[in-house]
Amino acid sequence: METKAKIISRDLKLWYGQNQALNGINLDIFENKITAFIGPSGCGKSTYLRCLNRMNDLIPIAKIEGKIEIDGHDIYDPDIDVVAVRKKIGMVFQQPNPFPKSIYENVAYAPLMHDIVKKGSECDELVENSLKSAGLWEEVKDKLKSPGTAISGGQQQRLCIARAIAVQPDVILMDEPTSALDPISTQTIENLMVELKEKYTIVVVTHNMQQAARVADYTAFFHLGDLIEFNETEKIFVNPTHKKTEDYITGRFG
Amino acid sequence: MNQNNNYFHIPQIKKRNQKAARFQILATSAIIVAMSFLAFFLFDIIGKGYPAFKQSYVKVEIHIDEETASNPYGLLDREMTAIVSRAWLRTLPKEIGENPQWIGTTQTFWAMTGAEIDQYLKSKPNRVKDNIKVKVDELKANGDIESRFNIIFFFTGDSKIPENAGFYSAMIGSVLTMLVTMIIAVPIGIMTAIYLEEFAPDNKFTQFIEVNINNLAAIPSILFGLLGLAIFINFFGLPRSSALVGGMTLALMSLPIIIVSAKAALKSVPESIRQAGYGLGLTKWQITRDHVLPIAMPGMLTGSIIALAQAIGETAPLIIVGMIAFVPDAPTSVMSAATVMPAQIYTWSGMPELAYIEKTAAAIIVLLTVLLSLNTIAIVLRKKFTKRF
Repeated sequence: METKAKIISRDLKLWYGQNQALNGINLDIFENKITAFIGPSGCGKSTYLRCLNRMNDLIPIAKIEGKIEIDGHDIYDPDIDVVAVRKKIGMVFQQPNPFPKSIYENVAYAPLMHDIVKKGSECDELVENSLKSAGLWEEVKDKLKSPGTAISGGQQQRLCIARAIAVQPDVILMDEPTSALDPISTQTIENLMVELKEKYTIVVVTHNMQQAARVADYTAFFHLGDLIEFNETEKIFVNPTHKKTEDYITGRFG
Repeated sequence: MNQNNNYFHIPQIKKRNQKAARFQILATSAIIVAMSFLAFFLFDIIGKGYPAFKQSYVKVEIHIDEETASNPYGLLDREMTAIVSRAWLRTLPKEIGENPQWIGTTQTFWAMTGAEIDQYLKSKPNRVKDNIKVKVDELKANGDIESRFNIIFFFTGDSKIPENAGFYSAMIGSVLTMLVTMIIAVPIGIMTAIYLEEFAPDNKFTQFIEVNINNLAAIPSILFGLLGLAIFINFFGLPRSSALVGGMTLALMSLPIIIVSAKAALKSVPESIRQAGYGLGLTKWQITRDHVLPIAMPGMLTGSIIALAQAIGETAPLIIVGMIAFVPDAPTSVMSAATVMPAQIYTWSGMPELAYIEKTAAAIIVLLTVLLSLNTIAIVLRKKFTKRF
């Protein structure tokens, strides 16, 4: 299958105040693939991920230069609506963060606000489909009215994925989605990611190299704000080009 | 000396335990002292105040004719005139005017006793003459004197005749004043907090405003009274002593407290909730309205209720805007002259008649009850609406 670049970034630089956190990142993220970002703490992988849906706009001291295009559209164009960008690019966070509302409302809120569906059966259907896609439907179908915060951590994280899917994005960004979860929940989410890449482009930041090796089609290794190496996951893990990548993967630093 | 060979034994253990025990005793005794002051205060106030909820009434028989109808003071013999309340005698001609069929007949009334007689019947210090005391005892023995629930205290306004003085106009005044305060301070305060916490850019100007709001919360309340006098009365020409001016003055005073507590409530909403919203492409307003505010609401309500409870008990700024006035009739609008509960307490506490002592204490009981209920509501609301994560 022909791979197509979904997200293109060119010479992306970011400063937090005086501190430069990203030193010109050039990266192509391919459609319907899972791309993993790995690297030691503070290497800029999460920062870069948050540039992809402009979450860094929320940090007043962050300053960004360079270009990110999604499907050829510049997302840092001053005339575009940042809310529309985030609608197309969903995000799942490290800590499961469902709204303190019912499971149903958690999934239905954003689609209703975006006028994707109307209240009623249309909305019910979307909630059901989203929860099914997130592999949560069977577990919660009888308690849709109970609070989204009352289910287990792994279920909460899948609820957050269902919530992101319900907005019908093209890309799902995941910022260490399993680091707060137990191994069994982690496995469920990893299987889910592989299923979801049929429909979505997935970018995942992870501290867990085995996870990158297990699920990612492509892996990018970041170090001190630089993108050191980007390639197919197999090549990165079996035959890395750079010494630093090899050192990190073999556990010599990090 | 007994040598302890246990491996876990350390020589300092005794001293350390003593230190811990000493600290515990100090802390406990501090609480006990505070609690006993409170208990003493409550005991004293309730003991002094509860007799005021009773008022004694005396049975009188009066022969009514044309002449006595217009001049009630000659109706009774000297002894009974000393026993029956002047205030009751004063209202008699009006009552006769409403019931003209009484003229030429003898009617039996249960009349309020004078405050001094009431005090004597409650075995309190009084200035009742000995011959009157004998007469009162005689009436009491015959069952012609009864002690009843004091409706007057709750349903009439202030009076210079102690037995006729009630708390009603002060209560209505407080309600009107608080309505004005609430309508102004709560929405403005909460909206200011939302703006400062969620929307305002974090720059020097915002910080300057926030520092000044914090400072305002610590300003002596009497200065807000002067501000109210200068702005609302002198500049805008609003009526003195009115619930409108008093309420607006108290609103100025409550605003910083409401803003500070509402800001704290918003700050306690986890950032992850906002992040979740942004990640879904929601606008700032949608996130604030539907996700942040519901979580912060119990805290904001609690803060507002506590600020209003503080305003209800406030006296100093209201003295400056003239709400300490003698108000016999309950205010009918926010523009008419009014007084408030704490101001009424202050007025009564300075009255020379002994009967006002128990009125003052009774008024304090009413005020405390209102304050305690408000605080209870605040606690219940917080417990009920707080969301768990």
